Amino acid sequence: MTITEKILARASGKQRLSPGDVTFARVDKVMLHDVSGPGVIKVFSEWEKKRGIKLNQIWDPDRVWVAEDHFVPSADRISAENITALSNFTRQYGINKHFKYGLGQYGICHTLSHEEALVLPGEVYVGGDSHTNTTGALGAFAAGLGHTDIAYVLMKGEIWFKVPETILFKIEGFKPAHIMAKDIILKIIGDIGTDGANYKAMQFSGSVMKDLPMEERLTLTNMTTEAGAKNGIIEPDEITFAYLGERTDAKYTPVHGDPDAQYSEVFTYEVDKLEPTVAKPFSPGNISAARELQETELNKAYIGSCTGAKLEDLRAAAEILKGKKVKIRTEVLPAAQSIYMSALKEGLINIFMQAGALVGPPTCGACCGAHMGVLGKDEVCISTTNRNFPGRMGHVESKTYLASPIVVAASAVTGKITDPRDVRN
Amino acid sequence: MNNTSSNGRSIRGRVHKYNNDNIDTDVIIPGPYLKIHDHKELAKHAMEGIDPSFHQKVSEGDFLVAGNNFGCGSSREHAPIALSQTGIKAILAQSFARIFYRNAVDGGYLLPIEIDGSTVKKISDGDELEIDIVKNQITNITKDEYYTMKPFPELIARIVEAGGLINYNPKD
Repeated sequence: MTITEKILARASGKQRLSPGDVTFARVDKVMLHDVSGPGVIKVFSEWEKKRGIKLNQIWDPDRVWVAEDHFVPSADRISAENITALSNFTRQYGINKHFKYGLGQYGICHTLSHEEALVLPGEVYVGGDSHTNTTGALGAFAAGLGHTDIAYVLMKGEIWFKVPETILFKIEGFKPAHIMAKDIILKIIGDIGTDGANYKAMQFSGSVMKDLPMEERLTLTNMTTEAGAKNGIIEPDEITFAYLGERTDAKYTPVHGDPDAQYSEVFTYEVDKLEPTVAKPFSPGNISAARELQETELNKAYIGSCTGAKLEDLRAAAEILKGKKVKIRTEVLPAAQSIYMSALKEGLINIFMQAGALVGPPTCGACCGAHMGVLGKDEVCISTTNRNFPGRMGHVESKTYLASPIVVAASAVTGKITDPRDVRN
Repeated sequence: MNNTSSNGRSIRGRVHKYNNDNIDTDVIIPGPYLKIHDHKELAKHAMEGIDPSFHQKVSEGDFLVAGNNFGCGSSREHAPIALSQTGIKAILAQSFARIFYRNAVDGGYLLPIEIDGSTVKKISDGDELEIDIVKNQITNITKDEYYTMKPFPELIARIVEAGGLINYNPKD
């Protein structure tokens, strides 16, 4: 069995599962946020109304955690009321892991999942957000669900899954300095298409993974969502154990795939030959080399989100921006309070501000076109985020190009789409 | 539903067709509306990214027909909610993105029905269809044609019958 099949088999109390089997799996951890949370609250209140009884407790409050990330700091009155409702909900059901903005650690849900080691290798983790796949980089089965499914998990502690086939991506060769995980995953999505892994697991292995830092691995699994995957996953290793060791004392049982595990397809990527890659409007699969787009004029550069504002992303962007000035509006929003503080300590925030960029608080706001940096008609943005569908970051006639933090930083310096090799000192 | 036949397993309605593949959740219900949890209000913005007048065109019981990978993108349950609140009872597409599919079924909002690409081509905007989800048969009343649909897997069929996952009891 693959690692995905083994985790689901353990969680289903079965010796063996095969792709296509439908199973109810026990859930280890569950996440909701300020968009999926109010939906859960509504499902609960309808359940109560229909049955005429109160839902006094949930399955296990200690396995639940809550993030405030999409419309925070509260974008408007409705957003503020959603946050209040979420606070009442966590108080009512005794959920202590509620990361509130302005009260210590908070940030984008997927970033908190690894920063706070909320999910551990071998676990089944579901979240009310499509990029829940991100956390599979820790060696867990991590999948996104809607709010009805999350409400069901909160009541019963389990949920149904169709066991996915696994596609294995072997990332081989020597990774040049101008290539980041973002280039690799954009290239993969460009090749297999935005439904290339629909209902499937995407697993990453290969020689490059042996040195790839955890935060870069998280970029790979994060954007498996853009290929339609049910989950993205990386087998836990020394990098995983070291990363978690710095963050938690919790015990866990890592799971590894069997040597004879069956993969539906195996793809090999040689990163030596990879070009800095950009996804053009209006699909993450619509890729070109950055150098082929170097005449593209931009209005804004955005460094933010669960995909592209982790500490490694900020370090990489700062290396390009150090001692330079940005030529277009540039916004940098670290993905969590802890990352913001580390970036401050390392002098990265100073570099961004010296370059002329705006530095803001963690939020999903602009990435999903909700608030705080929304694009207007005809505005063109290059972004470290994960989606560029029509209207994703604002007006339906705005345009978003997706790229790595160093391509975005290099483009901020020139005002056009730029290969980082063309601006390095 | 008032247009359901007596056995409760067949539904009849008019088609709204969008030929596009990859109709994503940002098109179905754009990000700024995710803070809204009033289902009727969401309906006014359904398909806003592709056809802002969509909610005015739809009558109760109508169907939406589209290409590949319908509902790709976000896990926002707002997407099937907004569509179902306009009156859409089923979406017929060549394939669905996984979270959209399970949200549609588990929330009990509408039926995601998988049909062949060739069937998508045969169905036109405005056609009147009757869908029998027991016989897995689609009748195009306007064109006097018959098509097959992919049967629901066993668990999905049971959740559909229960009206959503919250009402579903695995022991039933």
